[in-house]
Amino acid sequence: MTTKAQLFITCLGENFFSDTLKDMVRVLERLGVQCEMPEGQTCCGQPFFNSGFQSGALAPARQFIKVFGKTDGYIVAPSGSCVDFVRHHYRELFPEGTPEHARVKELVPRTFEFCEFLLNVLKMTDVGAVFPHKVTYHASCHLLRGLGLREEPKKLLRAVKGLELVPLNEEETCCGFGGVFSVVYPEVSKTMMETKLDNIQASGAEYIIAGDPGCLMNIAGGLRKVGSPIRALHLISVLAAQ
Amino acid sequence: MSQIPTHINFRTNVKNVPPHMPVSVRKATSKFLGTRQAVVDVVGDERWQALRQAGHEIRLHSLTHMDHYLTRLEEKVRAAGGIVHWARDAAEAKQIVLELAKERGVKRAVKVKSMATEEIGLNHALQENGISVLETDLGEFIIQLAGVGPSHIIVPAVHLTKEGIAELFTQKLGVDAPPDPLKLCAIARTRLREEFLSADLGISGANFMVAETGTLVIVTNEGNGRMCTTLPPLHIAVVGIDKVVPDWESVNVLLKLLPRSATGQKMSAYTSFITGPRRSNEEGGPKEFHLVLLDNGRTRIMKDEVTRETLLCIRCGVCLNVCPVYNNVGGHAYGFAYSGPIGAMLSTQLLGMKTAADLPFASSLCGACAEFCPVKIPIPEILLRLRHRAVEGDQIERAAAPAVIQAGVKLGTLSFSLPWLYEFGTQMLKYIQAPLRKNGWLPNLPPPANRWTMARPLPAFGADFRAWFRKRKNERQR
Ligand code: SF4
Repeated sequence: MTTKAQLFITCLGENFFSDTLKDMVRVLERLGVQCEMPEGQTCCGQPFFNSGFQSGALAPARQFIKVFGKTDGYIVAPSGSCVDFVRHHYRELFPEGTPEHARVKELVPRTFEFCEFLLNVLKMTDVGAVFPHKVTYHASCHLLRGLGLREEPKKLLRAVKGLELVPLNEEETCCGFGGVFSVVYPEVSKTMMETKLDNIQASGAEYIIAGDPGCLMNIAGGLRKVGSPIRALHLISVLAAQ
Repeated sequence: MSQIPTHINFRTNVKNVPPHMPVSVRKATSKFLGTRQAVVDVVGDERWQALRQAGHEIRLHSLTHMDHYLTRLEEKVRAAGGIVHWARDAAEAKQIVLELAKERGVKRAVKVKSMATEEIGLNHALQENGISVLETDLGEFIIQLAGVGPSHIIVPAVHLTKEGIAELFTQKLGVDAPPDPLKLCAIARTRLREEFLSADLGISGANFMVAETGTLVIVTNEGNGRMCTTLPPLHIAVVGIDKVVPDWESVNVLLKLLPRSATGQKMSAYTSFITGPRRSNEEGGPKEFHLVLLDNGRTRIMKDEVTRETLLCIRCGVCLNVCPVYNNVGGHAYGFAYSGPIGAMLSTQLLGMKTAADLPFASSLCGACAEFCPVKIPIPEILLRLRHRAVEGDQIERAAAPAVIQAGVKLGTLSFSLPWLYEFGTQMLKYIQAPLRKNGWLPNLPPPANRWTMARPLPAFGADFRAWFRKRKNERQR
């Protein structure tokens, strides 16, 4: 039986990372996974929840449950943050006794972030990618601490042919994105981002790789602003390269 | 902090942070984190995690049985010859201390570093009543001279450089102070000695209160704690009710966690255990010992099952050290005695949303704090809950955000359950952005989106995946 991946493209993914999403399909199909894109999906609701509008998170979360509840197979997203939210907050949004609770209990165990899906479900480390460049890796907070993926993304990178992974000083320090935080306190977000950029530039890498669209928007924008030749890339796009 | 704030504006406070400050702060916090890691490595990760779990359970048990242990503590303190006072709020606590001091004609007080007395603004109250107060912890001594509040819960003068301190000493103490830590220390020590001997009141807080024996546990690194609590004839301790723990076995676990997390020490240089005043057959120690048990909002904090875990805190300060926000803004930006992640949680709950609704948002929710916290407080979860309280209100407090905004957002989220509208929106954005678009980026957006572009450009909106996927699928099916 073929493995099925129901792609959860996420709001940031859809609006800003079309190429990453296409790469996700390419990698998965190369590995024999059948990809589906459930129609009607919007956003997981995290932006509202984290802004304090927990009741505002209900509508998008219900939509997620409605759309993905009808699917079978795995739900796969290119974002640790969104998966972290579905996995760790949906039960709180829809506690026992609410009509959505049963669906949530069914959905959560089959929802995966891309790296997790490759390593833990497909049991794949080498996906046949070739990327002859010097790269460094930024550990996105929710991927790292929310989902507990510390070594996994680097394992995938190390298996890429031609790729040289160089260490990033303060790899696990937040880049300053923080969702709503970046616009509530832009000055603080900016100084945090600048610290991250300094470390990235000191690493000597040509590419900075991360696994979350939020961090990538922030870091890529920062690099662009200072006119750096270093490019920010989603891990998925590295794995798609051949 | 001499006075209790009525409104905290985090963004304005951040703008007032002196440029050199993050450098001094980071230097200190990274040193602490380095030494912490070294001692934690010696313990070994598995044992350390087990200790953290034990610490969490002990603190949670202490809190959920607080009434029982406080009653026990009161009995034991009394039995040891001490007097216990209960203070509902800051005003009551200050009143109690003032009355005790006045009745005994106190002129000069010396203090051990204590966050509870910072919280209630005790120094200010004493000074207003003609009693001189001297902070005897070196860091506190320095910030008292500078006339500012603590910028870190365990290293209150962390924002200052040795040059800054030398300048301060020269100005305020009228001595010739070189920027040499040892010499600066010596200057402070000479000054402090005189005061220890002449003070008629010693004020302290406590790190823990042991219910089993009515003992206060105080950890310090300078020995000033012992001087303050033994030399003057009167010792008053002001301690938050959350600091009670059942017994010495609990202390044993917590003392393994606290100094390691705080300063990277296996043990602090001084760990004092104080049970009541001097016994009749003893030569040293105060004649009188009073314990002021401070509530000041703590009972109210206990009412929320999630946010009450804030009170598990043992004030180690490691959450500040690992916090990228704290490291970039320092402690004063948080506008109250407590700063960093613990400040964002605790100040908000102590002061209420009208004053401190900014603070739970002063976090990128990166979670580093929770990973390090020795008693496993789920800090980001608590901050999220407090954000919800600030915006929508809950059973503890009404919302600080206007109802119109709330209604507006709710209406806005409806588009997320209308997929056609959502998808239409993603396509519209591509057209709307056209005039602002430059080489695939949006360098300058109008308010409020300029809050993003003031720091970095936004990638241009470019939703085309759905169309790509559908087309591909259709082609394959043909
Ligand atoms: S919240 Fe945890 S890490 Fe922060 S000061 Fe308290 S005990 Fe330490």
